[in-house]
Amino acid sequence: MDHLLNVTTGLSIVLLIIVLVSVRRAHIRVEYSVSWLVAAGAMLVLSRARPVLDAVRRLAGLPDTPLTLFLLGGGVFLIMFFRFSVIISHLRDDNIALAQRVAILEYHLQHREP
Amino acid sequence: MIRAGNSPDSLLVIVPAYNEQGAIGGVVSAVHEHVPGVPVLVIDDCSGDDTIPNARQAGAEVLSLPHHLGLGGCVQAGYKLAYELGFQYVIRVDGDGQHDPRDIPRIFEKLKSSGCEMVIGSRFVGENGSRTGAVRSLGIRFFRLVLRPILGKPVHDPTSGFVGVNRRALDVFSRTFPLEYPEIETLVVLQRRRFRFEEVPCTMLPRTTGRSSITAVKSMYYMVHVLLGVFVNVLKFDRRRLRRPPGTGAGG
Repeated sequence: MDHLLNVTTGLSIVLLIIVLVSVRRAHIRVEYSVSWLVAAGAMLVLSRARPVLDAVRRLAGLPDTPLTLFLLGGGVFLIMFFRFSVIISHLRDDNIALAQRVAILEYHLQHREP
Repeated sequence: MIRAGNSPDSLLVIVPAYNEQGAIGGVVSAVHEHVPGVPVLVIDDCSGDDTIPNARQAGAEVLSLPHHLGLGGCVQAGYKLAYELGFQYVIRVDGDGQHDPRDIPRIFEKLKSSGCEMVIGSRFVGENGSRTGAVRSLGIRFFRLVLRPILGKPVHDPTSGFVGVNRRALDVFSRTFPLEYPEIETLVVLQRRRFRFEEVPCTMLPRTTGRSSITAVKSMYYMVHVLLGVFVNVLKFDRRRLRRPPGTGAGG
């Protein structure tokens, strides 16, 4: 169990570092990094605060702590993936509308009468 | 620049095309031959070949998209421009040469005489000798069954992209249009707005150049995607209807 918690702590720290470095290099915009930072922070806290994890396990009626950690982690990342799917869908719609508008404006410009 | 003029019957033929350098010139020339005087707009979906010069050489105007949008985005760009330019009718002909331009006058006449919002060129109305592959045929049968209760009338060729629309449909499609595999979903979008469609017999020709990119996996993805799109549209419009106070019409 302790080994699993240590691995989770390590992965959370790696994720935090990757996200922070990506934000610094402008690979991720700050507004999209917040979800990752919160998720990584939450996993880090849970993996280091065994009583909190046990309390969550009792509250959810789960048989053991590793399963609780697995479900919490899975749940957090599923929500994040869903959130990013919504964002990507909006961006794609906006992108298509913009591309169509650019093409139509270019067409009008090319055929503008002097 | 293409112009709609003041005619109440102004028609534009749009040709969505992506890497169709081998077929596009022939398609444009054939449209000019069979419907002389009707402007042709090729919407180039960011082809990497000579689609644009070949289309221009054959006498078409070209709307060139800055990056690849897929069929729905490409067709919708054409509808948007046609609507802005004031055209009353638009007929879509695919750039791969599978739609026979000799059928355009029939679709146009039906659009004008019936007053319905969409006319579909159908392989399966009348005997026209068109052939489809076994998988596609199975898919068409499946979607006929699914669409029959939703549309309230049978549709023989729901996957046909050879369609004509009038200005009312153009108004709707320039604002909202399915972006992937649009043919079947557009039927649902129209029906939910109480618009009507008709089918006329048309011939589908075999591909003259290039190869179809449809594979078994893509066919399965197509089925799931379109089914989901159909039911999302049904639910969306039914929810709007339930929310709308009585006596406010269909609208959109």
